[in-house]
Amino acid sequence: MNAREKEQYLREYHVFKGQGKPFFPYTVFKDGTMATLTLVVIIAAAILFGAELGPKADPTTTTYTPRPEWYFFFLFELLRVVKPPALVFMATVGIPTICLVLLIILPFIDRNPERNPLKRPIATLTGITVIAAMAYLTIEGAIAGSPTEIEMKVAKQYEPGRAVAASSGCLGCHKIGDNGNAGPGPPLTKVGARLPKQAIARTLINPTPPMPSFSTLRQRSPKEFNELVNFLSSLR
Amino acid sequence: MKLLPGPLRRRRPAEPDGRPAAVPGDGDLRRGHDALVREREKEAERQRRREAALEVPISVAGWLDERTGLGPFMRGLLYRKVPPSNWFYTLGSATLFAFLSQAVTGVFLAMYYRPSATEAYTSVQHITNDVFLGQLVRGMHKWGATVMMVLIFLHLGRTFFFGAYKYPRELNWIIGVVLLVLTMVMGLTGYLLPFDQRSFWATVVAVNLNSSGPIIGPYLADFLRGGAEFGATTISRFYAIHMLLVPGLMAALIGAHLYLVVKLGVTAPPWMKAEKARELAKEEI
Repeated sequence: MNAREKEQYLREYHVFKGQGKPFFPYTVFKDGTMATLTLVVIIAAAILFGAELGPKADPTTTTYTPRPEWYFFFLFELLRVVKPPALVFMATVGIPTICLVLLIILPFIDRNPERNPLKRPIATLTGITVIAAMAYLTIEGAIAGSPTEIEMKVAKQYEPGRAVAASSGCLGCHKIGDNGNAGPGPPLTKVGARLPKQAIARTLINPTPPMPSFSTLRQRSPKEFNELVNFLSSLR
Repeated sequence: MKLLPGPLRRRRPAEPDGRPAAVPGDGDLRRGHDALVREREKEAERQRRREAALEVPISVAGWLDERTGLGPFMRGLLYRKVPPSNWFYTLGSATLFAFLSQAVTGVFLAMYYRPSATEAYTSVQHITNDVFLGQLVRGMHKWGATVMMVLIFLHLGRTFFFGAYKYPRELNWIIGVVLLVLTMVMGLTGYLLPFDQRSFWATVVAVNLNSSGPIIGPYLADFLRGGAEFGATTISRFYAIHMLLVPGLMAALIGAHLYLVVKLGVTAPPWMKAEKARELAKEEI
């Protein structure tokens, strides 16, 4: 906006303001109505849905379902959508940071003086696209399960390892056969062919973020840890 | 009068103030006159007191104004004109109200919550099962977060589509985006506090995600955890961030946000521009 457009806006706004009504009581009434409605919704949700409390946190188990609050689902799902390991960094930090920076500097990108949404189609369409994308990612994130079952045929000696893997929440981020989610972690269906046993064990103990370390499992129960490694290396 | 039972109805005129009414009759006229005068004096006294009572709020306001000089400011705040608006314009104040609701329910939860790895879970159990209305307040805090998140996104959408971030309100947009981020930080830090399996492991993953960030990522993750691993100090860190650091920042930024709203005024709906331009054009002809 140049100086003339600024001046014009301020003059116009002065006219609009002159046409308006006093803040008290008109705006206060509207805001008060909305505040009451907000409180009613909060109390109703609290009574109807309550707040659940799951089993106590146990850092020594690796049985967990890493589910964030629903308003982080879109970030969570972004991790799943981005598959190549080299780009995971973009999903975890890159894209959210870029979006946030764009959001902050929006007033300096869009310097068109027009304010009517129908007369600035690029801004309006961009906004609608972003909302649609976030809604899509949120819904996808919401319906993605947190499975703790691995349904596949394995040789008898790998059965205990399969149980450990299933209860360790690997499927939250990895695909094993037809089970689990495709990402953020790489598929483990053929991990045994890709990595030797030692490398699998090393990765479990010292993984790349965001994967949690399984070193506590090794300390607590070396047997279960070895079963898990044996099961994973049997996947070829 | 008909609503009163019989005995009361008969007694009322006889003793209005606990004494038998003066009955005019032989030798009693003098006394009757005195009673009437006393009655009038009392009535005048009552009238004076009513007027004095009405003066109280005015004189309190005057007393405060004399000492603070807030009178013109309050008048400007309350009676400033607001351009014609619609219900979309209530989303911001509704978000503020949700924040206040979170603050109040949060204070009550803080009275019973104990931020340590050993006690956190049992104290939340205690709030849920034993404390009077504890379950309701905890539910309100949890769902208040969701409601606030929805409202803040709707408010953001309204501001975006109405072009309300443009001159002269750019700075207020930036403050608003920072408030959105801080609200999400509140959601993230608050999620750990019940300390059940779900919240614990979700937070482990979230902090690990942080550590994958460039340069400051690992340091931020170490700061949040209070070390290289999730430990005894992690939960008290999250608690301090959740109930002191971020709410304090948010309160200050909300103050700045509201100051700018009052100073710059609320935008008019963007479609008013065309109508107004046409009206002005007509007037000029």
